Amino acid sequence: MDTKRTVFPSQGLPYLLVAPQLIITIIFFIWPAGQAVKSSFEREDPFGLSTSFVGLLHYLRLFQEPDYLASVGRTALFALAVTIISMGLALVLAVAVNRLIRAGTAYSTMLLWPYAVSPVVAGILWWFIFNSSTGILPYMLEFFGLDWNHQLNGTHAMILIIVAASWKQISYNFLFFLAGLQSVPQSLNEAAAIDGAGPFKRFWTIVFPLLSPTTFFLMIVNLNYTMFDTFGVIDATTAGGPNQATNTLVYKVYTDGYIGLNLGSSSAQSVILMLFVIVLTVIQFRYVERRVQY
Amino acid sequence: MASIDLKGVRKVYQGNVTAIHALDLSIADGELVVLVGPSGCGKSTLLRMIAGLETITDGTISIGEDVVNKKEPAERDIAMVFQNYALYPHMSVRQNLEYGLKNRGTPRDEIDRRVNEAARILEITPFLDRKPRQLSGGQRQRVAMGRAIVRQPKAFLFDEPLSNLDAKLRGQMRIEIRRLQRSLKTTSVYVTHDQLEAMTLADRLVVMNGGRIEQVGKPIELYDKPASLFVAGFIGSPPMNLLPIAALQAIAGGTMPNLPTGTDIVGIRPDEVVVGSGEGIALSGTVELIEPVGGESHLYVRVEGLDQTLILVQQGRASVGEADKVDFVLPLAALHGFNKESGLRVD
Repeated sequence: MDTKRTVFPSQGLPYLLVAPQLIITIIFFIWPAGQAVKSSFEREDPFGLSTSFVGLLHYLRLFQEPDYLASVGRTALFALAVTIISMGLALVLAVAVNRLIRAGTAYSTMLLWPYAVSPVVAGILWWFIFNSSTGILPYMLEFFGLDWNHQLNGTHAMILIIVAASWKQISYNFLFFLAGLQSVPQSLNEAAAIDGAGPFKRFWTIVFPLLSPTTFFLMIVNLNYTMFDTFGVIDATTAGGPNQATNTLVYKVYTDGYIGLNLGSSSAQSVILMLFVIVLTVIQFRYVERRVQY
Repeated sequence: MASIDLKGVRKVYQGNVTAIHALDLSIADGELVVLVGPSGCGKSTLLRMIAGLETITDGTISIGEDVVNKKEPAERDIAMVFQNYALYPHMSVRQNLEYGLKNRGTPRDEIDRRVNEAARILEITPFLDRKPRQLSGGQRQRVAMGRAIVRQPKAFLFDEPLSNLDAKLRGQMRIEIRRLQRSLKTTSVYVTHDQLEAMTLADRLVVMNGGRIEQVGKPIELYDKPASLFVAGFIGSPPMNLLPIAALQAIAGGTMPNLPTGTDIVGIRPDEVVVGSGEGIALSGTVELIEPVGGESHLYVRVEGLDQTLILVQQGRASVGEADKVDFVLPLAALHGFNKESGLRVD
């Protein structure tokens, strides 16, 4: 790779130019993250007058707390469901749009809109649709004898946040899958067609394996998304309830820390989440960056 | 093994763009036919229509006894070698070769036999377990050929298979393709824009221009008797000199031979022009440039009164230098007559 080098007139200028971004990163990301790590090892008295170092106490307690362990399982279910649903549907849509010759751009544009909707609004949209007294979906489900109520039924609540979170993420996945599909050379498809493979077989033996870098990348990004960015969706729809049924790890950080004011435990939880992201990021850089050559 | 017959084949793209005008062509069993022409002449489109990758607007294409117009590429029992090879990048060479056979439910031992046989013929046995990206251009080209021959199809279709190779390798592969096709005796259609490749490979040559066939015949027949101005200019390197009679008459002074009526352009191959004196139309000019190719020299000569530069080929070294005056003769027997209006040969 040939990199373009820019020569700056003075040594200070490059630092000045990156300073705004650095300052924002330090104030809003690095410093709070450091504070979280620090307070995860400390206990504060109820009046905030004294703090004492307690070591790994918060961490050890977390792993003995049934609520926390249940939340881990719940989060895993939620993350997997959202990742599989949003990636699966996005792939189907991308394949469909990729086959279009003329209207492709129009469909792509429309399919991208949900991504521009903020998580809270997306949550409220689905909350309206699923609302047990006024929503359209419960009304229709009634014909099948199903009494929808996510305010009382934990499973219903989980389905609601999975649907809302997946819907928002499809756009993102769709865009990447479409780009991936378009970079698979047409001649490979033609060669496979001559080699006697039908459209379905061509997709699974030629196109899908060639998409694997995209698929892997999206899997990591989606897991990250469900772990963190779904706070808004959950807060706007179920607020973790009913009876903890939708209290995922990221939401629990908030409820324990801000509602329960148990800052030590909440910090420990966010540190664990942070470690999880770091691991995912390392995996991504190590494996995704290896490119597949066409 | 099969013949290929095209009858009144047309291709019209959306927006009424005609790529192929009603075209007839018969390719005999075991024959290697080369479609040659400039970019956009419709040669690749025609090949893709035979393969089933493009629809046919009108006419019929038959392979063997069957009309294949409505058949899927897979059902036509043809194999194609693509310009970019189109090897499956995530599969090993062996898997690339096996793919078409597996899809057709060929028994395992038969697959192994054919793959090993093809690998042996093409000398790619050492690379069978490598991925295509670990191979050089020439090796990839062989794998692409291998993928075609393991199938033992009715016909091979080649879409400019050598254009991504360097000149030396291209020459080698050309000979190998010819040898392979002779020994397998599989009907082949080969598309190229390289007239040298076309001349040396073809049993029969089809020169195309603007979606139409200009001339069909043995390469040497086309060289000796080009049917049109286009073929005259396209086949042969360096190209034929095409000179307007009127201008020639004005400078050569009176002694014009009796040419058939309707002739207004004469053509002469650069290697048929005789430097010095002799029978024929005597001309003289100034040497602008000499290209020493090695075994022969190409002289670019400017003649007073002619718009274009004449090309002369001299065997060995040039007998004159650049900027020198040179006398030369166009022997009458070597002249080709053409009509400017129709663009056709006049005999």
